[in-house]
Amino acid sequence: MQILKLKETVAFMRYRKVAMVFSMVMMIAAIASLAVNKLNFGLDFTGGVKVEVGFEQAADLTKMRQVLDANGFDDAIVQLFGTSRDVVIRMGERPGVKAETLGDQILSVLKDGMGVNVEMRRIEFVGASVGDELTEQGGLAMLTALICILVYVAFRFEWRFALGSVFALFHDVLLTLGLFSVLGIEFDLTVLAAILAVIGYSLNDTIVVSDRIRENFRKVREAGPEEIINISLTQTLSRTFITSITTLLVLAALFFKGGALIHGFATALLFGVFVGTYSSIYVASSIALTLGVSKEDLIPEVVEKEGAEHEEMMP
Amino acid sequence: MLNKTPLWKTLMVMFVIAIGALYASPNLYGEDPAVQVSGLRGVEVDASTLDQIKAQLSENNIEAMSIALEKGQVLARFRDTENQIKARDLLHDTYGRDYSVALNLTPATPGWLATIGGSPMKLGLDLSGGVSFLMEVNMKEAINKAQTGLVGDFRSELRGEKIRYRSVKLDGDAIKVIFRNPQDLEKAEDYLSKQNRDLLFTSDDDSLSLTAVMSEQKQKEIREYALQQNITIIRNRVNELGVAEPLVQRQGQKHIVIELPGVQDTAKAKEILNATATIEFRMVDTDNDIGNALDGRVPASSQLLYERDGTPVLLKKRIMLTGDHIVDANSGFDEYSRPQVNITLDSPGGSKFSNATKDNIGKPMATVFIEYKGTDRKDAEGNMIFEKVEEVISVATIQARLGKSFRITGAGSQQEAHNLALLLRAGALIAPIQIVEERTVGPSLGAENIKLGFQAIVGGFALVFVFMMIYYRAFGVVANLALGANLIMIVGVMSMIPGATLTLPGMAGIVLTVGMAVDANVLIFERIREELRSGKSVQQSIHQGYDAAFSTILDANITTLIAAFILFAVGTGPIKGFAVTLSIGIITSMFTAIVGTRTVVNAVWGGKRLDKISI
Repeated sequence: MQILKLKETVAFMRYRKVAMVFSMVMMIAAIASLAVNKLNFGLDFTGGVKVEVGFEQAADLTKMRQVLDANGFDDAIVQLFGTSRDVVIRMGERPGVKAETLGDQILSVLKDGMGVNVEMRRIEFVGASVGDELTEQGGLAMLTALICILVYVAFRFEWRFALGSVFALFHDVLLTLGLFSVLGIEFDLTVLAAILAVIGYSLNDTIVVSDRIRENFRKVREAGPEEIINISLTQTLSRTFITSITTLLVLAALFFKGGALIHGFATALLFGVFVGTYSSIYVASSIALTLGVSKEDLIPEVVEKEGAEHEEMMP
Repeated sequence: MLNKTPLWKTLMVMFVIAIGALYASPNLYGEDPAVQVSGLRGVEVDASTLDQIKAQLSENNIEAMSIALEKGQVLARFRDTENQIKARDLLHDTYGRDYSVALNLTPATPGWLATIGGSPMKLGLDLSGGVSFLMEVNMKEAINKAQTGLVGDFRSELRGEKIRYRSVKLDGDAIKVIFRNPQDLEKAEDYLSKQNRDLLFTSDDDSLSLTAVMSEQKQKEIREYALQQNITIIRNRVNELGVAEPLVQRQGQKHIVIELPGVQDTAKAKEILNATATIEFRMVDTDNDIGNALDGRVPASSQLLYERDGTPVLLKKRIMLTGDHIVDANSGFDEYSRPQVNITLDSPGGSKFSNATKDNIGKPMATVFIEYKGTDRKDAEGNMIFEKVEEVISVATIQARLGKSFRITGAGSQQEAHNLALLLRAGALIAPIQIVEERTVGPSLGAENIKLGFQAIVGGFALVFVFMMIYYRAFGVVANLALGANLIMIVGVMSMIPGATLTLPGMAGIVLTVGMAVDANVLIFERIREELRSGKSVQQSIHQGYDAAFSTILDANITTLIAAFILFAVGTGPIKGFAVTLSIGIITSMFTAIVGTRTVVNAVWGGKRLDKISI
């Protein structure tokens, strides 16, 4: 079976100006949303208390709010989580109350006040300073990863490809963050892990394409850089699609079957795979092309070995 | 002939996959309910304890599947949880004092598999249920304590050398000594700088002062020591809780992670972990009038403290002995049935205390309990401010010269005496610690997470399986074989690595790897198709396909691996769990997709003249 039957080379690069404008607009929109909406940072980053409880029947949220209100937890945010029987309660640290016992307090208040069986499913408390540290570490991890990849790609390929692929990664991460900001989905540590996986996936894609471009520069004789990039993209297109499909299939399984906890993770990756596929076609290659990648850059220099001409004579 | 795998390579592939499967197999056996008995505070569990436990269980008709001595603890496995609970209660009554008796779920790995190191994957708390704490060590206090100690050292060193000084005091981060004349200053600088090579001295002739600050190196050493000391003490405290397989680990520069699987009652755990206490023995100041002190005229050498009921006590500032020297403490009752705490000191502590008490027989001595409690306030650098709470817990008249072991009474209730003994036993913390993060996962949620994660893996796997089979036909089947082998190997490697823990994001990592692992095969197969289209022969196409795809796969995976390693190095918690499975998945998938499928492809199609292949 074959999904794509391409007889002719697709002129991808003809549309690169359009794609660039599109990417720019999307990136600006992402930045704007991040500036205005910000990210809905989860407990991991902001600090505070989160209590997740389970009921045997559908939870009575109104009553829960009343019970919490009556016991001085008037700033608590009560929401359903996953099913109608699971409820998550969130609140910031409170002056005067030892934060780490807050979760236990909320739980006992609910147990006394609700009149039905309340099951403790999860209590989390994170100090604000830990959150700050995590934000710093998370950002640092991302930055270090990008730099190391830049160095590796520059070393294995060429600096124009390195810049292209790292910019593509930056593009993907920014757009994924933008999506989370627009939709207001909670951004926690698992989502951060997912974003880093997006980096991994998008990079995989970009390297495969770059690798083919490098190969074709050496192999295809009479073609300009744009033509060669088009040929390479067409050749790898089928693979790009198949891998995206299989990855999307498992992510769909994760999204629908993995439970509420992993939803953010799956969402980030589902979107990331789309963006990553797009960016490896348009962003990375366009940049390498715009920066003026040429045949000469990728043909390995022939080092003249001393006495090379005599070698044949040797036994 | 093209496309033949040498025998050694085929054998190697089979061997590697077999090893993977072997070490993955313990995960299939499940777990037995068990009770684990381990010694506390230097009490050893030995063969005689084992025999006693065996005898006691059979006396009470509790049937155990096996009772054995493993890694310095007795482990008794049971067929059901009913017997397990009965045994725990029974053993707790007999051994609860000097041993920790804990419920445990022990892997039911068969003996032969366990002897070659086979064990199932460790589950993270989000999958097993339990509580984890992140504790922060207050480094400022550690440094401060060391600096205060130096002030005392300077005084005695100068006095010992007969160098006269006006004052020695702590001035910010520096120790400042003021002298009466330049000669003393010079002599002191000469002497002190020789004695304290890890301090940086600066002298000022105008104000006749000498200041000393700790070198960066010295401060680092103190911080490191404080962290290590805290870890040791927390480990002791955690053992007192009687939790099976607790984990106490450092994280970064000032944090300690504590994981207590299966613990649901966090309040008790917190109480014991969180209390940072030390004890000091000091003489009561009987020379000065307490009335004057209460009016605000406290003598410079004394300090006004209160008992729990509010009775003021005037104490000498000089500390006779600190809690650092306490090696054991337990609670009991004295002859009037009042709760008391029996304390045993180490030898230097004993002789120090003996000297300090011999001239003070008949005089009152106070036991001061010092606790550091975290507050909600923060200093300029965002660190938590700790409040030092000092309380006189007992004032007792010294009856005789006290030596290595003695007792103090007046600790209030029996429970209080018990808690105090527990804290004293665990030792004094050099620097106070504070819980900065706490996560509790209920056991049912953990089980649900496992179920959902497992469903996602199976579901994702099945989808990819079907897709590959339809799209690449016979070669798709080969890719699926590789995928299956890959999953087995991930599980095998995860089970082999002692530090690797399976978490929910880790499971997500496995799912993702399944999706991405086919990429290598897709690359190869697409190449083969390309070569076939360009008119090459079947054998040549297969050969070219594998060859050409190899460097691409290598480059693509190495870059992803770089990302995964960085995640592992910098990340914490879920990120780390994800990075572990991702990097293991990348490595095993490279092996199975390149070497593994090649072996199968060569065995089925290689080496013969074919006009067509099913791809």
